[in-house]
Amino acid sequence: MFKEYDPIKKNMFQVMDNDGKIINKKFMPDIDNAEILESYKNMLFARTADNMTVSYQRQGRIFTYPPNYGQEAISGAVARIMRDEDWLVPAFRELGAYLAKGATLKEIFLYFMGYEEGVNFKNAKNFVPYAVPIASQLLHAVGIGYEIKYNKKDQVVYTFVGDGGTSEGDFHEALNFAGVWKAPVVFIVQNNQYGISTPFRMQTASDGVAIKSYAYGIKGIQVDGNDFFAMYKAVKESAEYAKAGNGPVLIEAVTYRKGAHTTSDDPSKYRTKEEEDEWDVKDPLKRLKSYLKSQKLFTDKDEETLIEDYKKEIDRQFIEAENFGAYPLEDIFKYTYGDMPDDLKQQMVEHEKFLKWKELSLKTNV
Amino acid sequence: MKKVMNMVNAINDALDIKLREDKNVIVYGEDVGVEGGVFRVTEGLQKKYGVERVFDSPLAESAIAGTAVGMSIAGLKPVIEMQFSGFANPAFNQIVSHVSRMRNRSRGKYTSDMVIRMPYGGGINALEHHSESIEAIWAHIPGLKVVIPSTPHDAKGLMIAAIESPDPVFFMEPKRIYRAIKQEVDEGKFSIPIGKAKVLQKGTDITVVAYGAMIREVQKAAVRAKKDNISVEIIDLRTIYPIDRETIAESVKKTGRLLTVHEAIKTFGVAAEVSSIAIEEAFLHLEAPPMRLTGYDVIVPLPKGEHHFMISPERIYYEILRTVKY
Repeated sequence: MFKEYDPIKKNMFQVMDNDGKIINKKFMPDIDNAEILESYKNMLFARTADNMTVSYQRQGRIFTYPPNYGQEAISGAVARIMRDEDWLVPAFRELGAYLAKGATLKEIFLYFMGYEEGVNFKNAKNFVPYAVPIASQLLHAVGIGYEIKYNKKDQVVYTFVGDGGTSEGDFHEALNFAGVWKAPVVFIVQNNQYGISTPFRMQTASDGVAIKSYAYGIKGIQVDGNDFFAMYKAVKESAEYAKAGNGPVLIEAVTYRKGAHTTSDDPSKYRTKEEEDEWDVKDPLKRLKSYLKSQKLFTDKDEETLIEDYKKEIDRQFIEAENFGAYPLEDIFKYTYGDMPDDLKQQMVEHEKFLKWKELSLKTNV
Repeated sequence: MKKVMNMVNAINDALDIKLREDKNVIVYGEDVGVEGGVFRVTEGLQKKYGVERVFDSPLAESAIAGTAVGMSIAGLKPVIEMQFSGFANPAFNQIVSHVSRMRNRSRGKYTSDMVIRMPYGGGINALEHHSESIEAIWAHIPGLKVVIPSTPHDAKGLMIAAIESPDPVFFMEPKRIYRAIKQEVDEGKFSIPIGKAKVLQKGTDITVVAYGAMIREVQKAAVRAKKDNISVEIIDLRTIYPIDRETIAESVKKTGRLLTVHEAIKTFGVAAEVSSIAIEEAFLHLEAPPMRLTGYDVIVPLPKGEHHFMISPERIYYEILRTVKY
């Protein structure tokens, strides 16, 4: 795969066309029908949750949220391949991968409602919190990769960044260090064409991202990120390659952010309806659904029923998150240090004194 | 058993002890492996522990700090070196956005309990960007601890404590006294608690608070003061944060006068914090305003101009007199 789709050949790796037809049988991954169906369902669940989260935000029930709409096949493929012991070092637009890791929607909602507990991911092993400072997380993935090699563990690290993040110094430093250390890291660049409002052509003069792998002496591949089968195949082979001690892989997943950067953004200011329509035919869920339908594995009716069920489940978890309760004062202090310095304890005591005074003064006023 | 060591030997000894007893300890940075660092602090350690545990990293400070975040998340204990404090600036984002915050943002699930070593301070006729004292910047970031030793003995004990700390520790090494002070240091393992200052000399007329390379200068000034019958109490902070409020407050309550001395610039600096502690905790005991003798609020001059900037025992003595006679 790496040879045939060497980025220097400028040949994007695809397995399925826009109508869900397999056009590259040689590289069709070995994946059974039940698993394909399960993958589609997970992607559909992620999309439904994502849409509902945007509407919760519009209702004022959640703060700013970065939607995944249009990019579900990328996380969807990683979700099928990543194992419990593997590491996930995310950016913040990989919902399907979080759920596969064992994060709950309730936790995801909590974070965007303003609770740090939302990135504790209690039952998800080896899952680092989202990284908002762009591309900074890639270096953490490399450090984790070093530990895997050092302790000779059978693990791999999956880490994500957007196309805008590829302009950051940390992106280059991470690829460089990972290359020198031969760290078992799969770097996935979700090239969704925009860094907020800035188009990809203004991030780099380079012809795509995958080609940059050459400069670091590592493997790279450009993949149709809206093609579930191509993503599955690319991620699986990259993980095996990295785990075998060959070093990291840079996957450029070419996709399109159908939604906004976050709920605070208005994409109509910087892109055209024509462009959106062009990408709409490449929608990852539409394509995989066409495939499933062609194999008589799935119907529109199935989808309707599923979405109804999903909505109930999503709402249930959202309401649980809404009822999470008050944020205790102690919590802003107690995670700053392993052993809390005396003067920090004193600051908390002072605030408690103020609260007591306030309570008392309210009573005396009544 | 004791052995004569300078600060370079003492830090090396501490690293050696921790590398020997804890397989999770990893030492890396620019030129720290084969060469043993530009100041030779890590000399010989790669030979002893191998290239997987003590190694030269590519030249990129953000990546050195950022990969250490990942290593500590995964359970290792990285001790990284920033070749000079003036070169740590590219790592600022990793330090402020992740090193200091990982415990809080993951609600205790992960930590970045690394040690970040860096030579700092002036007085060695260095090139540009090699003489800064930026401890206040690191001390201003919640989640970090900042340690500065003033003797070989302290350097060893504090380094062992830093490696054993559950939190990220900035270990700032006053390079001017790397080799200037030699003393007998215990060869065995011992640690000095982070967050505790040390009263180096008891006195009754004035408290002088300092740390790092300034301690030696303060001691010289105190000898001269003694001849004038001024009794100086000297406090070595040892840890910048968490700052030892109690030791400062107790001393100032007794002497009624405070002078804080540091090489770092004045405004928004450590001396301002020490002065605030005196005012908050010992206000009614003060017989003079808390005074500060610090670097000026300028870029550290190149060697030919550095004497204008550096603090001499004479200047300390002069400020002691001013404070006592206030």
